[in-house]
Amino acid sequence: MEKRIMLGNEAIARGAYEAGVKVSSAYPGTPSTEISEYLAKYNEVYTEWAPNEKVALEVSAGSAIAGVRSMACMKHVGLNVASDPLYTLAYTGINAGLVIVVADDPGIASSQNEQDTRMIARSAHLPVVEPSDSNEAKEYFKYAFELSEKYDTPVIFRTTTKLSHSQSVVDLGERVVPEDRVYERQVPKYVMMPASAIGRHKVVEARDDKMALDASSFEINKIEYNDKKIGFITSGIPYQYVKEACPNASVLKLGVVNPLPKAMIEEFISQVETVYIFEELEPVIEEQVRSWGYNNIKGKECFTKQGEYSANMLKNVLKLNTEEIEKGKEAPQRPPILCPGCPHRSVFSVLNKLKIHAAGDIGCYTLGAVAPLNVIDTTICMGSSISLLHGMEKAKGKEYIKNWVATIGDSTFLHTGINSLINMVYNKASGTVMILDNRTTGMTGHQEHAATGKTLKGEDTYAINLAELCRSVGVTNVIEVDAFDVKELERVIKESVNGDILTVIIAKAPCALLKGQKFPNKCVASSEKCKKCGACLKIGCPALTKNPDGTIKIDETMCNGCGLCQSYCKFGAIEKVER
Amino acid sequence: MNIMVVGVGGQGTLLTSRIIGKTALNEGWDVKMSEVHGMAQRGGSVVTFVRFDKKVYEPVCEEGTVDVLISFERLEALRYAHFLKKDGVLIVNDTRIDPMTVVIGAKEYPEGILEELRKSHKLYTIDAGKIAKELGNSKVTNTVVLGVAAKHIGFSKDMWLNTLTNTVPPKTIEINTSAFLAGYEN
Repeated sequence: MEKRIMLGNEAIARGAYEAGVKVSSAYPGTPSTEISEYLAKYNEVYTEWAPNEKVALEVSAGSAIAGVRSMACMKHVGLNVASDPLYTLAYTGINAGLVIVVADDPGIASSQNEQDTRMIARSAHLPVVEPSDSNEAKEYFKYAFELSEKYDTPVIFRTTTKLSHSQSVVDLGERVVPEDRVYERQVPKYVMMPASAIGRHKVVEARDDKMALDASSFEINKIEYNDKKIGFITSGIPYQYVKEACPNASVLKLGVVNPLPKAMIEEFISQVETVYIFEELEPVIEEQVRSWGYNNIKGKECFTKQGEYSANMLKNVLKLNTEEIEKGKEAPQRPPILCPGCPHRSVFSVLNKLKIHAAGDIGCYTLGAVAPLNVIDTTICMGSSISLLHGMEKAKGKEYIKNWVATIGDSTFLHTGINSLINMVYNKASGTVMILDNRTTGMTGHQEHAATGKTLKGEDTYAINLAELCRSVGVTNVIEVDAFDVKELERVIKESVNGDILTVIIAKAPCALLKGQKFPNKCVASSEKCKKCGACLKIGCPALTKNPDGTIKIDETMCNGCGLCQSYCKFGAIEKVER
Repeated sequence: MNIMVVGVGGQGTLLTSRIIGKTALNEGWDVKMSEVHGMAQRGGSVVTFVRFDKKVYEPVCEEGTVDVLISFERLEALRYAHFLKKDGVLIVNDTRIDPMTVVIGAKEYPEGILEELRKSHKLYTIDAGKIAKELGNSKVTNTVVLGVAAKHIGFSKDMWLNTLTNTVPPKTIEINTSAFLAGYEN
């Protein structure tokens, strides 16, 4: 059997391929994005980017009901967007298997919160499968489809950042495609009007009970008895931390984390002297076990609800570290920043100059909140910038938002921003919305979307014209401007925020990291002409630093010649030259 | 063996750790790696881990356990040196990239980092950027650094070159090979 080292996300895609998945729909979101990108490489699987997670889940549900194995992928907060179909799909059930991959982000590497998908799964009455390394990711993915079809339910496949973005060895298998299932019209099952839904709620409850009973015999729930003085109930990546820190302890490793295998857990607790429940984020397993009357277990009183765990953290709690671990040396922080040549920097530099606040959104441009740009005031969720701005206007009036704009990326605008813009038109708003159109889904690593003209598979397709889209919903004042033309940007922003009609400004320039671009120029600073005023440093470009004498130095490997620094130099000390 | 690769987003730490991992796999070890994607990558401090052994559990290395720490930048070496075990090897690409906190004057870039680190660690430094530029493409800086690290990690030169040529884009095999050898034979 061929062995390959694979990213957790690549292994999930491989699992989908081997499981015979035929349709996958997704919206990018760290740490889930690469699943779709790897899956798109298999010609046998139809894969697509949807505008948002709700659409993605509905597409895959349609495919599953039609009778082929299907999946949707999203990050944890994406599941919030998809919750509407999610909760009701638990009622309808599926036809062929449906697996929803949801990637949690303990430690918040690239998210806006640290919510735990297992909590949502419990309230939606859906089973959850969770692997602990890449090979399990692939194997359990196939198992998730078996569960889905056996119990006629969508299954949530939970991964976390550490699993998705770590690599380990995978044994490759063959693709096995089950025969397509026949679709039959079944109104009581698929049409969720009250009479049917009342009936299906009973089915959901019965399925919950049946699965809970069966869970102790699911092959991916396992007990490893070793030293019975200490034992852990755990799942996913935390299992690896347990094995690293306490190789001799007994372990109950859950592959299915909802519903819990009650009989198996009771047996484990009866055999082991001290049982720890070792789960990142919320005490989902712990609270259930306690509700069964077992209060002699240890859990969140020892382990935090925040961030990622580690073997060291476990050793510290158990006092297994004999030597004091040296702490890191003091070093200036290096937080993420906008890249050199990023068009967002140009827009934010103008907003900063005009002292305008921005209701922000989800994307790289969230970095416009920090020094030295300091423009973004709020970031909540996908699409929220536009609706927040509208709420501010309705709360305090037109005058109040004359030093406010909403800033949102092109992909985020199509995700859910468009709904909010429709609301502004409908409810007579006067604010200024800026679409920062860099022609890609940037932060997640350059995914296509409905306005780029390419599909996930790289095929040509219709590209939505954002300006026409805004006009078509009733925005009369739509202005397109080059994101690097700071003079023009300043003029149109001033005019729009002081005006009384709803305006959309589309600031256009491709993401500096987007492939296929040529950067023939670079910027060079003259130490003779430089007056050390620091105006160019206020744009926060990482290619700019100071020489020992205080004049400006531009790193030529980082600089892509965007010329923004030049626009802010009053003394002509920065020149754009050919490379 | 525990290996840690640190640097600044965009320096090519990911590719470096992937080549190390693949080489270890080809040598028959169990391998785990972990890396950083998404927002944290954007010019921020980036950390990747490679572990190989008969059996590896945790995909990250804990403080005080790293055999070889490869840093693509001086300040990042200072930040993560405590991950090294006592006799661990520290390889530093002798270059400076100012974090935004330094650029805007909120913090000072520490002086004498290498002198400080040399006191307590087996330190090897290289100006890989200069070598890569001399070879004709500063983008292979990371491959020069990998060449230096390869000697301390072990495996034969041929094993390394085999993985390298199977990993980098075909057009860049020649220059990457030269870059690797420049580091390896440094």
